[in-house]
Amino acid sequence: MNKVIYMDNNATTRVAPQVIREMLPVLETWYGNPSSMHGFGGAVGKRLDQARKQVADLLQADPGEIVFTSGGTESDNTAILAALASQPHKRHIVTTRVEHPAVLSLVKDLEERGYTVTWLGVDRKGHLNPDAVRKAVRKDTAIVSVMAANNETGVLFPIDKIAAITREKDVLLHTDAVQIMGKLPFSVQDIPVDFLSLSSHKIHGPKGVGALYVRKGVRFKPFIIGGHQEHGRRAGTENIPGIVGLGKACQLAARHLDEETIRVGKLRDRLEEGLLSSIDHSQLNGDQNNRLPNTTSIAFEFVEGEAILLLMNELGICASSGSACTSGSLEPSHVLRAMGIPFTYAHGSIRFSLSRYTTDQEVDTVIRELPPIIARLRELSPFC
Amino acid sequence: MWDYTDKVKEHFLHPKNAGAMEDADAVGEVGSLACGDALKLYLKVDENERIVEASFQTFGCASAIASSSALTELIKGKTLEEAKAISNKDIADFLGGLPRQKMHCSVMGREALDAAIDNYKGISRPKEELEGEILCHCFGVTEEKIRQAIMENNLTTVEDVTSFTKAGGGCGECLEDIGELLDKVRAEMKKRPPVEKQPAGLSNVQRMQLVMKTLEDEIRPSLKQDGGNIELVDIIAKKVLVRLQGTCSHCPASKATLKGFVEAKLREQVEPDIQVEEVVS
Repeated sequence: MNKVIYMDNNATTRVAPQVIREMLPVLETWYGNPSSMHGFGGAVGKRLDQARKQVADLLQADPGEIVFTSGGTESDNTAILAALASQPHKRHIVTTRVEHPAVLSLVKDLEERGYTVTWLGVDRKGHLNPDAVRKAVRKDTAIVSVMAANNETGVLFPIDKIAAITREKDVLLHTDAVQIMGKLPFSVQDIPVDFLSLSSHKIHGPKGVGALYVRKGVRFKPFIIGGHQEHGRRAGTENIPGIVGLGKACQLAARHLDEETIRVGKLRDRLEEGLLSSIDHSQLNGDQNNRLPNTTSIAFEFVEGEAILLLMNELGICASSGSACTSGSLEPSHVLRAMGIPFTYAHGSIRFSLSRYTTDQEVDTVIRELPPIIARLRELSPFC
Repeated sequence: MWDYTDKVKEHFLHPKNAGAMEDADAVGEVGSLACGDALKLYLKVDENERIVEASFQTFGCASAIASSSALTELIKGKTLEEAKAISNKDIADFLGGLPRQKMHCSVMGREALDAAIDNYKGISRPKEELEGEILCHCFGVTEEKIRQAIMENNLTTVEDVTSFTKAGGGCGECLEDIGELLDKVRAEMKKRPPVEKQPAGLSNVQRMQLVMKTLEDEIRPSLKQDGGNIELVDIIAKKVLVRLQGTCSHCPASKATLKGFVEAKLREQVEPDIQVEEVVS
C-alpha cells in the first residue's frame, strides 16, 4: 500500500499508538473475565472501571451513567428503544431528516410498526431551528432524538436549546454525539441530555465498541438481554480490549481537544479556501461558521462524486462523497437533499474530514492535486 | 468500495474516444445532470451506413465513463444495422462485467446508441411517444424501457429492475407499479416459445459458451447412448463446425442427426438462426 493521505476521519480514524499500547496487555496477559470470582478476573474488572471513568470524564458524567456497547449504532438503537419500552403509553417520536442511518432507519422502521414520527427539516445551511422541536413535542412524545453534529457537513445542532425545551416539557432527549466527540467539548453538566451515543473508532479508538450515556434517574430497559453485565443494562461479556482502548481514546481526546479545534480547524480552512478559490463552480455545503472544525463538504458542479473519489484514490487520497453512485443507491445523500442542495451540485459533493494526524503537507497535496482531477472529469462531461 | 474489473478501471482511467466530435453525422443524448449520469454519443457514418468514428462525453461515475468508452469501441467499424444488435449485456461483457447495481450504466450506453441512430435517421419524437408512458418520474424511466430491460436481461425482481434502469430508485412511489409490470412481462415471456425468450443478440463469447454447454449437457449424452460422439471444431459467427465420431461418423442417418437433432437443439437453446456443418476429416 502506497502512502495514504487520509481525509475520511468522519468515517473512521487511525487507532492512536497509545491506545494500542493500552490494549495489548489485556489481550496478551490479562484475559480474565471481570465477572469471575477470582483475583485474575478481578484485576480486569479494575481496568474496566478505569475505562468507565475515562469515558465519563470526557463528558463530565458520573461513571455509573456509562454503559458500554458495541458502537454508535447499538447506542442509538438502545437509547430510542429503551425510551419507548419504558413509556409504553407514549407513541410519538421526534427526530430530524438528517440523522445518521443508525437513527433514521430505526425510526423509519418504528414508523412502519405504528409509531407516529415528526421529521424535522433543516434549512439550506443545514441548521435546525429549535423552535421546531418545541412545536413538535406533544403529550405522547416518548423521545426526541437529534444529533449533536452532522456527519456529512459537520453542521452543529442547538442541543443546548433543545435540551432546555425537552426539560421544560418533561420529554426524554437523546443525542447522537458520535461526530462531536473529541472535536468540540460536550458536557452533560451544561447540556442536560438524557441519552448520548458515542463511538470509539471515530476518536482514534478501536472499532466495535462505543458507549451510551444514560442520565442517572432515567428509567431504562436493556436492549440486549442475557446477563448481569453493565449493571443489567447490557448483557454479554464485556469487550475488554475494546473498552480499554475506548477509555484511553477518550482520555487522549480530552487532552487534544484544544489542538483539535484550533490546529485542525486552521488546516481545514486552508484546504477549503484552497479548493474553492482554485476550482470554478464549486461551493461549500452547510454553514461555514457553525460546524465541526475538521469537516468540509464541497460540491463540484458538472462532475460526479464517485469518479472524483476514484481518481483521488489513484493518488492515495481518501475522502468520501455525498453522491448517489458511491452508496449503491441512486439518489444523492439524504442530508444534502434535506438541505435543498440542487442535485447538480449534490452529485459532485466530496467530504473531507481531517484529524489530529493530518499534516500541512497533506493539505498542500490535496490543494495541488484536486483541481486537475476536476478539470479532467469536466473535460469528459457533456455539460462543460 | 466497488468491485470493478481491471477492464472497467482501465476504461475509466484511460477512456477511449473521449471528447466531442465537431463534424458528427449523428448525436445521441441521454440522461441529465439531475439524474446523476448523462451520456452524449457522437457518430461519424459513411455512405454505406458504417460507423467510421465514435466518441462520447459522459457525466457520471466510473462505470458510466467506462461503459461509454466500451460502447464506442464496440460500435466502431460496424454498420448501423449491426450496431443496433448490441445489447447492454454486450457492453457489460466487454468490460468483464459490472457490479449489479451499476448495470444501468450499460443500459444508458445502449440507449445513447439508439438515440444516435434515430438521430441519424431523422427520427425525433418525444420520448413518451416513442417509448410509452413514464413510469418512474424521479428518473424519467418509461414503461417500455423497463419492459425491454426485463426481457433482455431476464430480470426477476424489482430490485433488479432498479439496478438496470434506475426506475424506483428515487422516492419509491412507483415500486408497486414496477412489481406489477414485472409480473406482467414475465407472464408474457413464459407464454412465448423458448426461442423468442433469448435476448436479441448474444455476444460471441456468450454464444460460444452456450453452444459448448448445450453440446455437453444436451447433445453429447444422447449421441453417446447410440455409441457415437461429437467434436466441436470451431464456431464462426453463427456457424458451428463439428465432427461426428464413433458410430455416428459412418451412420447413414448422420445427416439427419446433424440437422434434425444437433442443429435443432442448438437453435432451441442458443439462437434460432444457428447453422451446423460437418467437417469431414
